[in-house]
This record gives sequence, structure tokens and C-alpha cells, in this order.
Amino acid sequence: MNDQRKNVVLAKLIEKFGGDVVSTHSDFGDDTALVRRERILEICAFLRDDADCRFDFAMDLTGVDYLGETPRFEVVYHLYSLKNRQRVRIKVRLHEEDPEIDSVVPVWPGINWYEREAYDMYGIIFRNHPNLKRILLYDEFVGHPLRKDYPKTKRQPTLGPQE
Amino acid sequence: MADIVNKNITGGKLDMQAEPVILNIGPSHPATHATLRFVAELDGETLLKLTPEFGYLHRGFEKESENATWTQVIPYTDRLNYVSPLMNNVGYAMAVEKLCGIEITERSKYIRVLISEISRIIDHMVCIGTNMVDLGALTNFWYFWKPREEAYMQLIEPLCGQRLTTAYTRVGGAMWDLPEGWVETCRGVVKNSFLPAIKDVNALLTKNRIFIDRTMGVGKISKSDAIAMGFTGPCLRAAGVPLDLRKDEPYLVYDRFDFDVPVGEQGDTCDRYMVRMEEMRQSIRIIEQALDQMPGGPVNIDDTRYVLPDKTLVYTTIEALMQHFKLIMEGVQVPAGEVYSATEAANGELGYYIVSRGGKGPYKIKVRPPCFPLFQGMPLLCEGQMLADLIATLGSVNIIAGELDR
Repeated sequence: MNDQRKNVVLAKLIEKFGGDVVSTHSDFGDDTALVRRERILEICAFLRDDADCRFDFAMDLTGVDYLGETPRFEVVYHLYSLKNRQRVRIKVRLHEEDPEIDSVVPVWPGINWYEREAYDMYGIIFRNHPNLKRILLYDEFVGHPLRKDYPKTKRQPTLGPQE
Repeated sequence: MADIVNKNITGGKLDMQAEPVILNIGPSHPATHATLRFVAELDGETLLKLTPEFGYLHRGFEKESENATWTQVIPYTDRLNYVSPLMNNVGYAMAVEKLCGIEITERSKYIRVLISEISRIIDHMVCIGTNMVDLGALTNFWYFWKPREEAYMQLIEPLCGQRLTTAYTRVGGAMWDLPEGWVETCRGVVKNSFLPAIKDVNALLTKNRIFIDRTMGVGKISKSDAIAMGFTGPCLRAAGVPLDLRKDEPYLVYDRFDFDVPVGEQGDTCDRYMVRMEEMRQSIRIIEQALDQMPGGPVNIDDTRYVLPDKTLVYTTIEALMQHFKLIMEGVQVPAGEVYSATEAANGELGYYIVSRGGKGPYKIKVRPPCFPLFQGMPLLCEGQMLADLIATLGSVNIIAGELDR
């Protein structure tokens, strides 16, 4: 990664979205921005389309459960720019009682399954998602296993063939 | 009855003048090569709609990792992509080292490059071999299985003690150094097994009329679609995007080698085959250069916070004994923070997102498996084509259920 480009993206984000960017850091060389969930769709569209950013790849999306903290959940996006060979990480914090966020499928169609996985594992609801169903687990599964309060040893019945 | 008669007269969209047939393919099917499932809506033999289903191999890698120590996660990573397990080991170790700020030794870097490239060749061989079995060309499979077996018998097993469950890397280096004579054996395997096999399969397939008819224009994807779907690796390069992390974000010592990144044009099954064949030749170039440049010196870093002290010292000095005890009982101590570390695995970008809050083990590990977006793109690749083309395409994108389901 070229050093002079470092933080250009973060600076642009702050300039454009001001108060909606809660904090930024570049620890361990990974540019990271924590943003407010209300404008996530706009921010993602900006990152994809802006001439200096061009983050055309949504490489990864996942949730993290910080049990005991408020807000409890975090959604983490990892983006990659083919043009600038650069990465950025966008994070959004969500409250436990309202773990909802706009889906970014309109921006990157490839993020579809990642959002389903985050829903499956953490119970994060992606608004306006085209097909928000469980993906790795079966539909009858109860709970969201990667939440920290889901016991590791908990068993659920194995289902036979359905009628 | 009235409906059917009506359809016959007016001529519906469907050839067969009937409702589409729903066909279930998998989860246990010889052509899926893993526990995957497709629900295919067929009009005659044309795929109208394809719904991929998976999760049959989900074994909670991420949940298990949250309850393991940093070192205990390494064997779990073998089970992600079981066709090239060494690459997963390398990717994980690099992610943890990034978090710890460790710079591993030169020799260790070269060893990691070597095992990664050997794994890449094996992975591509398995992919092309099984893909050709699905298309009825069994000979290629045997031509590729023999060198793969040689590599396992002569290189990977002496190195790790196991074939598939390698668990070779450690935070700060590797389990142990290369065994004696390994470098020469590696030269021999590359020269006498890999190269002839690639030559043979190339002669059998590349200009083969049946193969070309069967794969050209099958499972096509455009450049922009491949990017939008998040494709990486050979499938993206076959579509014409020269993204290869070994060139674009050189990690380890990849910037010291002279190699090319093959790129296709059409993004079809034939191009994916061509890209993989050329990548194997380029990997051989990298292996040969790495063997020539192979430096001496220790394989592990000199830091007892991460690496076990020498056994003779453990038995003779109290300091080493205490360090050994602490490392065994408490494990590697990793500072709090979060990193995303990506490597170019055989199928594309293998990313590890790791969150640490200090302490014994990872707070959160997310693997970005290269297969995940590829499998998501299957409907895009296959809809509108023939059912038999689904089998050809599925083999060429190389879905590994172990890393898909985690």
C-alpha cells in the first residue's frame, strides 16, 4: 500500500460526513472508521463511487458481539479498492434492543450472503435485504450461536426429513 | 387440463409446454464433490433458476476458536480448505503476527512461500482433475493425482508428520525446520512430477476439440459482474481482472520473485482452466527461485513470549524452564486490537479478521473464505444454460465445503 494515500479515505469520510463518523484509527496499519448506522447506505455508496475511493470490492462483512458493552453489537465491513490497491474497514455499533441496519446489497450485490450469515450468527437484522434467511444453519434453529451468551455446549434436536 | 391445452395452443415460454421441473442436486452427489446442494428449476434441460444451499459441513469453527487459545486455533484452520491446508495455516499465523507486531525470520518466510506454492499447485491439480472427471475425462485425474500423491508423500508428510491435518505454522515461525534433504527432494518433485504432469494434461486437454466445445462459453461472467459479486482468485482473473495479492500487496517475500499473473478474457470455464494451468507453471517458477535463494538461520524468532525455548536449555536452566512452563500453561499473549490480514490462497483472497482483547485466546475470528462469494455467484454463472453445464462450471470454480461452511 502506498503511504501517501494512507488516511486520505478517512479524511474524505470525515470531511463529507462530519459528525456521522464517530471515530477513526489506523492501528496495525488498517484504516478504520466507526460510523453511525443512519447513513451507512450513503457512506457505502460514497466509498464505492468517489473518484478518490473507488472501493469496488466488498470483501467481508461480519458481526461482533461485545457482550456487556453498550451498544452491544458491531457490524464490520471490509472494503477493497482495485484502483488504489487499498483497504478500509467500516464499523457500525448497534444496540441490543434494536439490532437493525440498512442492507448494503444495493451497493455491492456480493454482500448478500455475508449479511445473511451475520443475521444467522448474531441476529442482526438487515433492513430491505432481498432474502434475509438463515444461511449456514437450518430454519428451525433457535437462537444465534455466535452471540457470546449462547452456550458453546448447547444442543438442539437434529431434524429428520421434512414432510 | 384446460390450462395445459391452453398453453399448447398459445405457446408458452417453456419448450416442453409444462410446469418447470424442480430437481434436487445434492447434498450427497458425485458431481458436487462436497456436501453442497442445488435446487434447480428446469425447463427441459435448461436451468431457469438455481438456488444454492449449503451449511451441511458447518461445525462452528468461529465459536470453537473463541473458546480456544491462540495456538489451539491452528489445527482448526487445517480443516477450512482441506485441499490446501498449509495455506490456511500460513494465513492464520500471519494474521496473529500482524496483531503482535512480529517480524518472522527470513528462512521462515521462504518456507511459508514454498509450502504455499506447493499447496497452490496441489489445489489446482485437484480442481482441474476432478473437473475433468465430471466431464468424463478420467485420465487427466490420474495424471494429476500421481504428482499430488508424490508431493504429499515426499514433501508434506516429512515436513508436518501428517498429510492433510498439517498444523505446521506457529505464531513466530513454524513447528520445526525443514527436514534434512527436503530442498533437494522438493527440486526433484517439481522437476520429475509436477512439470511432466502439467505437460501431459496440457497435451491432452488444451487443444482438445471435445474439451473446448464443452467448456468454452460455459459458465461465463463479465468483469464488472465478477467484481460486484466479490470474486477473487483464478475465477476473477479468468474474467480479466489482474488482482493477485502476491503482486498487489506483496506479503512474505513475494516481491523478490519474478513471476507473472495470468489473466483470461471471457471468464468462462475454459479460461478458468487456462488460468489455473498457467498459475501452476508460475508457482513452479516461484518455487525454483525460492529454493535457490533459501537462506539459512533459525526458523523461529528469538522471543520466548511466543516460541518455546530450546529443549536442552529447558532441562539445564531455570529461566528456560519457567518460560516453557508459562508458554504451555498460559499460551501466547496477544495484545488487544483488531486486524484483517489477507493472503492469496489457491481459490482467492483468504482473509482473517481477528479481534483480541488481550488474554488467552481470540475474542473473535472471522474467516473470509474465497469460496463463499464464488458459490454465491453460481446462479449468475449457470442460469440460462444447460444442466450439464452446471456440473462443468461447479468443478471449475472449485468449491471447498470445508471453508464455505466453516
